[in-house]
Amino acid sequence: MEAFTTLFNQLEQTKSTSEKVALIRAYFETSNPSDSVWALFFLSGYRLKRLITGRMLFEWCQESLQIPEWLMVESYSAVGDKAETISLLMLNTVKTPHPMSLSQWMEERILPLQGQESGVMKQQILAYWKELDSKGIFLLNKILSGSLRIGVSHLLTIQGLSQALQVSKETLSQKLMGTWTPSSAFFESLREENDSHTSLNPYPFYLASPVEEPLDALGDPREWVGEWKWDGIRAQGIHRKGEVALWSRGNELVTSQFPEIAEALLHIPENVVLDGEILAFKEGRSLPFGELQKRLGRKKISASLLSQVPLVLMIYDLLEWEGHDSRSLPFTERRHLLETHLTLSACLQLSPLVIFNDWETVRKKRDEALNNGTEGLILKKKDSSYGVGRKRGQWWKYKTDPQTVDAILMYAQTGHGWRANLYTDYTFGVWHQEELVPIAKAYSGLTQEEIVILDRWIRKHIDETFGPVRKVKPELVFEIAFEGIQASKRHKSGIAFRFPRILRQRNDKTPQECDSLENIKKQFLY
Amino acid sequence: MDNPFEVRAEGLYCKPGQFYIDAWAPVDTCIVTHGHSDHARWGHRHYVCTDTTVEILKRRLGADCPLEAWPYEKRVKMGNCWVSLHPAGHILGSAQVRIETPQTVAVVSGDYKRALDASCEPFEVQTCDIFVTESTFGLPIYQWEPDDVTAKKIDAWWQTNQVKGLNSVLFCYALGKAQRLLRMLKPYAKKPLFVHGAILPFADLYKKKGIALADYLSVSDAPLSGELILAPPSAQGSPWMKRFLPYKTALASGWMQVRGVRRRKNVDQGFILSDHADWPALLQTVQETQASLILTTHGNAAVLARYLQENQHEAYSLSGAEWMEEGEA
Repeated sequence: MEAFTTLFNQLEQTKSTSEKVALIRAYFETSNPSDSVWALFFLSGYRLKRLITGRMLFEWCQESLQIPEWLMVESYSAVGDKAETISLLMLNTVKTPHPMSLSQWMEERILPLQGQESGVMKQQILAYWKELDSKGIFLLNKILSGSLRIGVSHLLTIQGLSQALQVSKETLSQKLMGTWTPSSAFFESLREENDSHTSLNPYPFYLASPVEEPLDALGDPREWVGEWKWDGIRAQGIHRKGEVALWSRGNELVTSQFPEIAEALLHIPENVVLDGEILAFKEGRSLPFGELQKRLGRKKISASLLSQVPLVLMIYDLLEWEGHDSRSLPFTERRHLLETHLTLSACLQLSPLVIFNDWETVRKKRDEALNNGTEGLILKKKDSSYGVGRKRGQWWKYKTDPQTVDAILMYAQTGHGWRANLYTDYTFGVWHQEELVPIAKAYSGLTQEEIVILDRWIRKHIDETFGPVRKVKPELVFEIAFEGIQASKRHKSGIAFRFPRILRQRNDKTPQECDSLENIKKQFLY
Repeated sequence: MDNPFEVRAEGLYCKPGQFYIDAWAPVDTCIVTHGHSDHARWGHRHYVCTDTTVEILKRRLGADCPLEAWPYEKRVKMGNCWVSLHPAGHILGSAQVRIETPQTVAVVSGDYKRALDASCEPFEVQTCDIFVTESTFGLPIYQWEPDDVTAKKIDAWWQTNQVKGLNSVLFCYALGKAQRLLRMLKPYAKKPLFVHGAILPFADLYKKKGIALADYLSVSDAPLSGELILAPPSAQGSPWMKRFLPYKTALASGWMQVRGVRRRKNVDQGFILSDHADWPALLQTVQETQASLILTTHGNAAVLARYLQENQHEAYSLSGAEWMEEGEA
């Protein structure tokens, strides 16, 4: 596992993408297929189904080191990560190294833990901790608790792998889409260039980048076309040889969660792949994302839910037509095929185009988005092919300006990852009569310097402590941006924000001048 | 037992001796444990510290600063106590303050470490009744590696960068940490290191005091390649850095123990190297002083006090100093 641990650490120590690619390439060039396939598994962002909770690991560590629980909690609060806390506490225990390769670790030790009784697991893991150095323990814990994250994008992994195996990135992207089993046979199969689309595997999604410059920088508006930016789940619908599959952008097979869409896909021509957005859609209007959420993560969908939250796949692109990869066709041709040959139904609709001749119209259209339940516009170059990943220049997202409220900082908690040991998780509240009511949690939006300054302020203005949560003096006002607001029975305030984030601190406003809950409800909810 | 201390708005005050220790606001008489600016503040009417600290403070606070130098071990009567300074192992000239009243012996540790560090006087345990200990790294997650292991890692990092034609810029506190690094790297450095202007005078001072350092040169405008450069953390991101392009950066600090902090500091690499006692050293020191009352201050004071209480010590955290800042470490 040492080579993989080294790779993990080296990847963390560089911000340069070319260096990351070189490190990944070097790893795959020097490792055997059985180890490589596991490294690829983790680099691709896959995780094992959680074998053990972080909490269990934490308890075992506590028990074995005989550290009081409160001290474990204090340590965790300084580190912000359970796996890492354990690795640091276990640092100076006596080590009896027993070097094993990554695949041996995975196949002989970690996978067999599945289904074991917790007593057996505990005994084995305590023994493993004694073999590893701090970095090894950290990785092991992350793998065991199903939470290993490596700071490289899938695209970089594929670049490095492509250089190591001398196979094109496109082939690798497609082969690595969908689910695969980490075996050396699978890794060997990556060495062959692709020619068939016989499986139900999806294509890599093409992503739009946010518009950062004035629209005029995009050139002649007549070379572009617009679509609404739907706020749902990006998905690929596949119909091949009488079988259908629906993939979400996270490479998750979601066919069974959306049975009515799967059924509708059976009625489109065979050997066709569509790209679109799954939406909760009623009476010609997209419903808030929260409605769609009710349909997620369920094993069985009840008939009443099916009728309460009707879904559509809002189609906006065609990736395969009559069994041929159509991604290199210009957008207008792909769109033409969709418009002329696709059998639409209640569940399959074509995302309408937004036509314009000048950028001013685009700006106006974007403001209409607030009223039609979308997030703004997607701008597509008429002659653009369907790319891979977030390749810039052909597709842009042009989102509405966020809605905002002014709210008061009420609680703070230390963060995780790079935010460890810093108060970075904030809860904001607004007035409800004489009382402050929490309305939103936000973790992002401040710069590093702002976070550090706020952290100092928080440490000096703590009113009360509830476990890791600090109640602070209600003195600071922040402008909170969000994408939408919904009535919610689960929140004390009765409302829930979508994507709340901090826009800026309002030094010019006193807490007394902040919005009241009643006003916010009036303004945004009704 | 008679506790001679009081935490006042200006800082830690010794009642029977009528002096402050490392006061943070101007006072009449202040014993300064060492030369870091968060301990040696500006504006006192009378400073007492070791000879080395006097030389550091002359540079930091001005030559006309009212400084009184005491050698280690010298016993001086202040009020009705005998006061003396003893090595703390934090940086060169750093001191613990021992205060003997007719009833009790109290020791204020100042910042200290127990790890071997050839760049300063080693910590000397003072048995006492009351021990005021720092607790910057008062959590069991903080456990340091031996210096030599860290020195090898730094050297390996330098070598790797050198092969790629990159400079290695290592951020470290200008006083203490930088000189300790120069001392640690002496067996490894095959050529002189380069040091930032803020580090240079203190390196010269250490050398004058007889500490054998690796050879070093002041950074000039001449282009460098494959060199190791020591610079204070404030240089990070400043235009001064441009002259070293292309380069890799690292930070040497105890805070580097935690991955999240390491990533937040935005350096390529973190080396765990602290001039403070780690958790085992804090506990060891408390034991060795045989003190019957432990007062904790700086950093994780509440945590250390509670742990000591649960392990049969009388211990309290000195209020007013609990909130932690990631200062010099």
